[in-house]
Amino acid sequence: MSGTESVAFDTPRRERRADNFAMWVFIGSEAMLFGAIFLVFLVAHIDFGPAFAAASKHLSLPLGTFNTAVLITSSFTMASAHRLALHRRWRATIWALAATTALGACFLVVKGIEYGKEISEGLAPLLGLPFRYAGPDPVHAEFFFGLYFTMTSLHALHLIGGIVVIAGMIALWRTASPANRLRRVVAVGLYWHFVDIIWVFMFPVLYLINR
Amino acid sequence: MSHAAMPGTYLAEGSGPRAWLLTTDHKRVAWLYLASLTAFFFLGGAMAVLMRIELATPAGDLVSDDTYNRLFSLHGIIMVWFFLVPSIPATLGNFLLPLMIGARDLAFPRLNLASWYVFIFGSLFALFAVVAGGVDTGWTFYTPLSTLYANGFVSTAAFGVFIVGFSTIMTGINFIVTVHTLRAPGLTWFRLPIFVWTLYATSLVMVLATPVLAASLILIVLERVFGIGIFNPDLGGDPLLFQHLFWFYSHPAVYIMILPGMGVVSEVLPCFSRRPLFGYKAVAMSSMAIAVFGFLVWGHHMFVSGQSAYAGVVFSFLSFCVAIPSAIKVFNWSLTLRKGEISFEAPMLYALFFLGLFTFGGLAGLFLAALAVDVHVHDTYFVIAHFHYIMVGGMVTAYMAGLHFWWPKMTGRLYSETSARIAATVTFVGFNLTFFPQYVLGFNGMPRRYHTYPPEFQFWNVLSSAGAVVLAIGYLMPLFYLIWSLFRGARAPDNPWNATGLEWQTSSPPPPHNFETMPVVTRPAYAYDMKGLEHERFSPHREEAAQ
Repeated sequence: MSGTESVAFDTPRRERRADNFAMWVFIGSEAMLFGAIFLVFLVAHIDFGPAFAAASKHLSLPLGTFNTAVLITSSFTMASAHRLALHRRWRATIWALAATTALGACFLVVKGIEYGKEISEGLAPLLGLPFRYAGPDPVHAEFFFGLYFTMTSLHALHLIGGIVVIAGMIALWRTASPANRLRRVVAVGLYWHFVDIIWVFMFPVLYLINR
Repeated sequence: MSHAAMPGTYLAEGSGPRAWLLTTDHKRVAWLYLASLTAFFFLGGAMAVLMRIELATPAGDLVSDDTYNRLFSLHGIIMVWFFLVPSIPATLGNFLLPLMIGARDLAFPRLNLASWYVFIFGSLFALFAVVAGGVDTGWTFYTPLSTLYANGFVSTAAFGVFIVGFSTIMTGINFIVTVHTLRAPGLTWFRLPIFVWTLYATSLVMVLATPVLAASLILIVLERVFGIGIFNPDLGGDPLLFQHLFWFYSHPAVYIMILPGMGVVSEVLPCFSRRPLFGYKAVAMSSMAIAVFGFLVWGHHMFVSGQSAYAGVVFSFLSFCVAIPSAIKVFNWSLTLRKGEISFEAPMLYALFFLGLFTFGGLAGLFLAALAVDVHVHDTYFVIAHFHYIMVGGMVTAYMAGLHFWWPKMTGRLYSETSARIAATVTFVGFNLTFFPQYVLGFNGMPRRYHTYPPEFQFWNVLSSAGAVVLAIGYLMPLFYLIWSLFRGARAPDNPWNATGLEWQTSSPPPPHNFETMPVVTRPAYAYDMKGLEHERFSPHREEAAQ
């Protein structure tokens, strides 16, 4: 029972495999959450395609593209952390993890700038803010922006969750055994890549469709 | 409690609030859940009793229409999410899963405890909604009623249910990983007890369906709080979309509620008829089939909601299909009894009652899956009766069967067998008296969710209300004799029922990490036909099995 966090496991190796498996099951669950919201979007897109295409042109393509690049880079640093942890290069692992959180934070800042821009342009149909959309079919454009804010903020919440967990992991780094360090990096890495992949789907669906 | 007298067991590991509230022992977490779920069961039950008293007369004389709406909404919300969904998995499942597969604990003991705290946190929101003035949307939160018109604490209640969903997902992940990674040597998948199979199938549904409920409840809260109108036609949204999302979760959710009950019955019936379970593989696989088919039938809740007629036909067909694996189970249970040496201890009585009531409720489900009949009985008491035959007659009866069956293992005490047999019978009589009249009422056209009704329905309503009183007595009795047994019950032997299964091979109650020596499994489940079983003590370290 030594070296494992859970009394149920005999060896750290078995515990790591269980952790890895649990994270995949969790990702399956998360995929259903985002799947439901994507489904809502796609059904609405089938019904109101032209309105959605027109509304989509009001999103900032440069900022969205920049953010996509930022997140894909963060996946690279996360994958590096995994590699480095496998080779027990702990100091470098920490740096790779810190870079990952920094890139995640950068994404959030840019997203915040985008939100601010959309709110000031009157494209945010929430909290009773004025909705001043000039294009065709404003009712369904409002639906598009409602979905846009729902989907991107849900994704941002997941990103914040990932940043908090990595920060916590770094804070507990000194007290963790090498087996636990590796186990946590692998599990959090899986989650981080998943959140990135969600964005990789969200970006074309929201920003690029019918452009 | 007087468990200090049981040294070396998990109950002797400390008795203060800290020892219980900070435990990561799956057996103690099961007790935390059991205590909280019992409270919710009687809270939801009290609301049902109030409704039945109101319905004893055609006029609305006890409560106002508004109060009645809140009563049935909270009854549904509490019973579905704060009792039925977690009921067997979080209590019996939590306690037994590691014992049944020969593990020291669940894969993630801390996650298990966390799931209970999340459950309690979510339930605080629901309780606040009750105290602050209630919700009047029904347990289904249908839009646009819930988003535009309802004036109760919809967001609070929906948020509570949303949070409890996390607790469900945590339990589901824990169970799936535990079954995959922690089975004892020799315990292959097809040697697993059916209870483990059903917990596994349930966990799959929990993990894959609950997030869709979360998504739909988030969207409701977003609409009410932030004004994002996904379900609001004025803002371009679609109210019917909610029903699709909601039932995509909530139909699989009824299998979350019934599958573990099927598992309990599959343990109890072979034990008290001294026969191996008939068609083990078919029963195991039909559990998985129910879990898969359950995702494909949500449209049968929407036959009259304006979905396309073609979709209706497909959903009707698929709903008939989902009855097949359930029927396979019922036939296999019946054949298990054939030529058995049946004895009628309390768990067996409950299990037999389950068999009858589940069949009765399931057959009514076929009526409802038929398009034309459903148009006639939709939103009537026929649906209420069907649902309660499965959920109360099926699930709660199985829960009682399991609670009695494993009570000696959980507490190390024996309950009063006579009281338990009387309680089981009272429950059975009370249940049928309550809900059979509702089939008749529904078929004659009495709609659900009204606090008044035309006088010609009074006869059956009075029967039903009288039955509710009998049923309440049937459920209150175990509360007393089970608690009494905790203090005064005779000490239980390790295997009072001469049952197979690893959980019976350890002491009653089990030691903190379940087994003194880790077990090795050498035979299939339910080996009741093996000669001399009743005299044979388990030998945990049989050399030849270790290979």
